[in-house]
This record gives sequence, structure tokens and C-alpha cells, in this order.
Amino acid sequence: MSAISCRRVEKIFGSGRTPVVALKGVSLEIAAGEFVTVVGASGCGKSTLLRMIAGLEAYTGGEIEAGGAPVVGPGADRAMVFQNYSLYPWLTVMRNIKFARQLEVHIRDRTSADVDAASGRADALLQLMGLEQAADSYPSQLSGGMQQRVAIARALMTRPRILLMDEPFGALDAQTREVMHDLILHVCALEGCTVVFVTHDVDEAIYLGRRVVVMAPRPGRIDAIYEVPLPPKRSYAMRHSSEFLTLRAQILDRIRGTSQVRTDLRLLEKLSRRAAS
Amino acid sequence: MNDISTIRVERRRPKEELWKIRGWLSKRSYWMLAALGLAVPLAFWTLLTALGSVNRVFLPGPYDVVHRVVTWFRDDELLADVGISCFRVTVGWALAAFVALPLGLFIGTFRAVQAALEPLMDFVRYLPAVAFIPLVMLWVGIDEGAKIAIIFIGTFFQMVLMVAEDVRRVPMAQLEVAQTLGATRSEVINEVIIPSAKPALLDTLRITMGWAWTYLVVAELVAANSGLGYAIIKAQRFLQTDKIFAGIILIGAIGLAIDQGFRLVHRLAFGYLYARS
Repeated sequence: MSAISCRRVEKIFGSGRTPVVALKGVSLEIAAGEFVTVVGASGCGKSTLLRMIAGLEAYTGGEIEAGGAPVVGPGADRAMVFQNYSLYPWLTVMRNIKFARQLEVHIRDRTSADVDAASGRADALLQLMGLEQAADSYPSQLSGGMQQRVAIARALMTRPRILLMDEPFGALDAQTREVMHDLILHVCALEGCTVVFVTHDVDEAIYLGRRVVVMAPRPGRIDAIYEVPLPPKRSYAMRHSSEFLTLRAQILDRIRGTSQVRTDLRLLEKLSRRAAS
Repeated sequence: MNDISTIRVERRRPKEELWKIRGWLSKRSYWMLAALGLAVPLAFWTLLTALGSVNRVFLPGPYDVVHRVVTWFRDDELLADVGISCFRVTVGWALAAFVALPLGLFIGTFRAVQAALEPLMDFVRYLPAVAFIPLVMLWVGIDEGAKIAIIFIGTFFQMVLMVAEDVRRVPMAQLEVAQTLGATRSEVINEVIIPSAKPALLDTLRITMGWAWTYLVVAELVAANSGLGYAIIKAQRFLQTDKIFAGIILIGAIGLAIDQGFRLVHRLAFGYLYARS
């Protein structure tokens, strides 16, 4: 059974005379434990799709199921990691990670053994994410990379079966991002959760995903799905392998073909010649 | 030899950047300029009156004002005036806050409440509080209630809109994270919106406290026989310019003290905003 299944999903923004079709006929099956990445030109609706799976946005047509049940709203089985501004600045790192523990859904039927297990888990996540030194710091005292580690740990705290990530490393510098890639792969394999990872960075999509979903804009749709021909356990050297580079070129061409944002070099040249004369 | 370890580096004091945009200034220079900014007008005022070029009825000297404060304290119940004015301002402001905080929270959280109430609030806040005096006398009478009502009217409508804006400024990602962790609607409000908006709300309370004081004189126009505002109005009738000055300066000083108090509470209650790594 699929962990996530989207069938002919459609999203129309606004109503009246000029509704905007954000997504049309999106069908996608994601297996349990799979790591799927989604790339595409801006405006292709990749974030919208993710937010609909999370239940943060309603879909106007089709069906979305998570864990066999239709998605009607946000739920504790689908945790989400955002690009930024999602940590709670008034809580320390440790209390951010434990945030979910105080919520009604997670308190129900809890025994004292569960409480002990939870503290153990918070410590384990802290260690796994390399945050032991920062446990009592506030988010504002951490670098961007450390902040995202906290956000991931917080999302994983209650063992969600599905982890949804919306460009989580988009605001990080290239070196930090590479470190985060290996970390997230390791952690997700360990936790065994299903991951949908949205990014605009094709290298990131290939390095992380077992499959790469390429989306196209106007209307937002799935353009192609690529299996990544790399062993499940990724390593830095694979970034330079011929399989990686070939797939990278293919996907980039595909995105370029559907993106309507382009620089018209001939027009630029003409204009600069006119300006010079 | 030019071994790098033998090169002596001359340590310079950081240079002050008086005219650099958003430049740096040492603490000493800052306080020196601040003292100068207060001392120069005071010196100018003293000089102007000491030269006798201005009639004292129009512009009393600093000495006259200080002298007036002393006699007011000794013969005329200064403390009672200060006390009753503080009471009126505080009660009017606190009542406004008592209603504006929950109402603003709802306006900023639910679109329906915003649609229903915000236009009305926007309309009323442009009505001059002074214009309500006849109505207040008619409805509330001429007792303490009337003075408090005027201060309430002057601050409440502004406060509601500011509270609503503070609540709306809570980043969407903070709310959505809680939702995807399984938080219910009331948990999102209690665990995220309120703690996240708290520092801004305290600032709003501080600023509206200042506005409440500016309505004091207006409020004490209504059949008062005590208070700083009343004293100023009465002094005008007897051409006691020095007392007008004394009253104004006292109101300013009290306001400044309260403002600093609020800032201190802000620093103590929201340490995470001032935390440095």
C-alpha cells in the first residue's frame, strides 16, 4: 500500500471570472519509507502540492490519501519542516523539540513510561542532530543550519510516519547544505519515515531522492518522474559520477523546456547595440 | 626577517562613526550627547528668562517652575493631584486593555471577526475623544466614571487595532508547524499565537499608556476638582503660567518613568529577545 497517494489532484485558486489553475491532474503514488524529491520551475505548484498533502491547503478536485485515510486537514501523522521562521523564539532548543509533547493528541493515553521514553527520545534526537551543546540556547543564538536541525528534530519528535519538507535548506549556504544532506538521509533511514522533499535545486533533488518528480507550470502538473540510478546509500563522490551528471542534465533540460522565464540574449544584444550607438 | 609572528600589530581603539548611516557610537558618547540634548534647551530657556527679554507671565523661568512645584507640594496637595490623575489614567487604560486584548486577538485570528469589527473600529478611532465629552456627561454623569470613560474612549479603539496587528504579525510558519504537529485550534492560539505576540503586545500596552496620559487634560475638563490636568486648566484661568509648566513637566516625568518601567519589564520577561550568543 502507498503511504501517500494523490489521484487526479486539482487546485484552483480564486473564483469568478479569472480563476487560476495551480495544479491539474496530479497523480502520484509514494511507497512507505520512500524518499521522493520534487523539483520544478517557480510557479509549478510544487509547494502547493506539498501543503495539500500536509492538509494546510484544501484541494479543489481529486483525492489525496495519507496512510490509507483521505486528507482533510493537518494531522500529527504528517510533520512538516519549513524553509525558515518556524522555530519558536521564546522556547529553548530543547523545549522547541519537545513542543509537540504538550499537545492534546500526544497526551492522550500517556503513561509515565511514555514520558520517560519521550525525554530519552528528545535527548537522542538532540545528539543525532549534533545539538547537545545548544540544548539551552534560544533559536536566535543559532546559525541557520543549526536552526534547521532543530526544526527537523522537532518534526521527528513524535515519530510521524510522513515527513514533508518545503525547501528546508533553501536559505543555507552550499557547504552547510551538503552536511545537512547526509544528515537528513541518515536520520530518515534510521527513522524509517516516508519523505516528500520539495526543492528548486536539482543537485539536491537527485542526491536525496530515490525518485525525482519534475513538475511544470501553467497549469501546474507532473512533467516526468525519474528513478535515480544511484545506490540507496549516497556519498559525496556520487555527485560527480556520470549517472548523476547525466540525470542532472536531463532534468535541467526538462525544466528549462517548460519554464517560461528565460533571458532573450538576442534582444539584450540588440538593445545594448542601440544604446551604444 | 618578516616572519608573520614578529609583525607588530598596532591595536587601535574603534573609531566613532558620528555621521555614518546607522554608524556605531560608544556608550560614553551616546550618553554625553543625550545629556547635551537636554542641557542645551534648558540653558537656552534659563538664559532667555534671566535676560528679562520675555515677560514672565508668558514664559516663567526654570526657577519659577521648580519653586511652584515645591509650593504646590507644600501648600496645595501635589501628591493628591498626582495620585488621582494616575488613578484615572491607569483605570481607563486598564479597562481599555481588558477589552482590547481579547477582542484584538479575535480580530487578528479570525477573518470573520475582522470583517465584522475592524471597519467599525477604524471609523470610531477617527472620532475626536473630546467630542464625546457631552455624551459621556449625559450617559455616565460627571463623577470619576466620566473621566475614566474619556480616557477609555481615547485609547481603546487604537489599542484594539494595534493588538489585532500584533496578532496578525505572528509568522504563518509558526502556526502551521503547530498544526502539522497535531495542535488543535485552541492549542494554536494558546501555545503559539499568544506567546509569540506577547512582546509586541507589551509594547502596544506601553505605547497606549502614553496616549492615555495625553487624554488626561481632556478628561479632567469634565467637572473635575483635582488632578494634574485640572490643575493646568485652573492655572490657565488665573494666568499662573509657572503652574501650567509645572503640570506639563510633571506629566512628562511620570510618563517617562512609566515608559522606562515597561521597558524594564520587557527586558526581564522576554530575555530571549536580548540573548546574545
